[in-house]
Amino acid sequence: MSSGAELTSQEYITHHLANLKVGDGFMAVHLDSLGWSVFLGLVFLTIFRSVAKKATPGVPGKLQCAVEMVVGFVDDSVKSTFHGKNELIAPLSLTIFVWVLLMNSMDWVPVDLLPHLIHWATGMPLGDIYMKPVPTADPNITFGLALGVFILIIFYSIKVKGVGGFMKELTTQPFGHWSLYPVNFILETVTMLARPLSLALRLFGNLYAGELIFLLIATIGLFQLPVHFLWAAFHLLVIPLQAFIFMMLTIVYLSLAHEDH
Amino acid sequence: MDINMTLVGQLIAFVVFVIFCMKYVWPPIIGAIEERQAIIADGLAASDRAAKDLELAQEKAKTQLKDAKVQAASIVDAAKKLEAKIVEETAGKAQVEKDRILATGHAEIETERNRAREDLRKEVAILAVAGAEKILERSIDAAAHSDILDKLVAEL
Repeated sequence: MSSGAELTSQEYITHHLANLKVGDGFMAVHLDSLGWSVFLGLVFLTIFRSVAKKATPGVPGKLQCAVEMVVGFVDDSVKSTFHGKNELIAPLSLTIFVWVLLMNSMDWVPVDLLPHLIHWATGMPLGDIYMKPVPTADPNITFGLALGVFILIIFYSIKVKGVGGFMKELTTQPFGHWSLYPVNFILETVTMLARPLSLALRLFGNLYAGELIFLLIATIGLFQLPVHFLWAAFHLLVIPLQAFIFMMLTIVYLSLAHEDH
Repeated sequence: MDINMTLVGQLIAFVVFVIFCMKYVWPPIIGAIEERQAIIADGLAASDRAAKDLELAQEKAKTQLKDAKVQAASIVDAAKKLEAKIVEETAGKAQVEKDRILATGHAEIETERNRAREDLRKEVAILAVAGAEKILERSIDAAAHSDILDKLVAEL
């Protein structure tokens, strides 16, 4: 915590939780979140594409083995939950899993490392540097992902069941009587909206909390190093688990959208 | 929480990345994996088949060996029988030959003996006549007393 002895802990944390922002109001863009998110997505696609180009059914190289492990894991997860035929769900799940995993992994980057690197490279005063490198600790990013999944849920619900079938599903259950159809509709709509909401908030909450604790640890002075280590070690569980949960729930929601009642 | 255009940017990035992954990343990798799985499955099946074939071949070899042993035994038997038959036949022929030679020998001996006897008999007849002449001091008409002589000769 050397971003300035004049800062109080609260100011320090507030400063570190602020994004690098361009624009105002709704038109603003968080350059750090979106930049890291796109960068990590490109890292994922570059690595996997380089393997895909040279993929051989013969003896695989070491990188191909690693990539195939991830692909096989995702493929097994999809096949164990989703039993229809859909060309999109498996690559969608792979993208979500690896991308979210990489974005979550930014949590391991020490909270002051990047601001200090920028300070060292550009000479900007630390107080002016805003750099929040964990994209999934930004609700915009998690809601962006969840919104994509939500659009797919609606799209496949209508595609598989038709508009009538989808509306019927929204209105005729859980209560069978016609007079309760409006109640059903409200309940089902809430259920429907709760899916992307919970998806986004769960990921955001976990990573935001993780980031916050890292910042709190960074304020305790000399003894922060072992505590940092412990908290980072704990994230060995949190980071892959949250990526897996996001992927798994996406598969479950999409397979529900494919189910005809 | 301030929600802003970052969300839209993330959504666009998400869509682009997923489409890229679906088009250029997932199919080749999963294709390679599945192809390799098929190759391995084929290999395992082939090795299973080979093991079964080996077992069959061993079984067949065993049967053939057994057959060959039986055949060899029967050939040896037949050979022994043939040998015995040949020995028997040869022995029979030798016996016949021996009998024939013996018979010839006997016949020759008989002939010799008969001839000797005949000679002897003639001698005796002559001696008898000579003896009788001496006794009677006169000659005996051989023709007149041939019946006596013949009787004498026959008695010898």
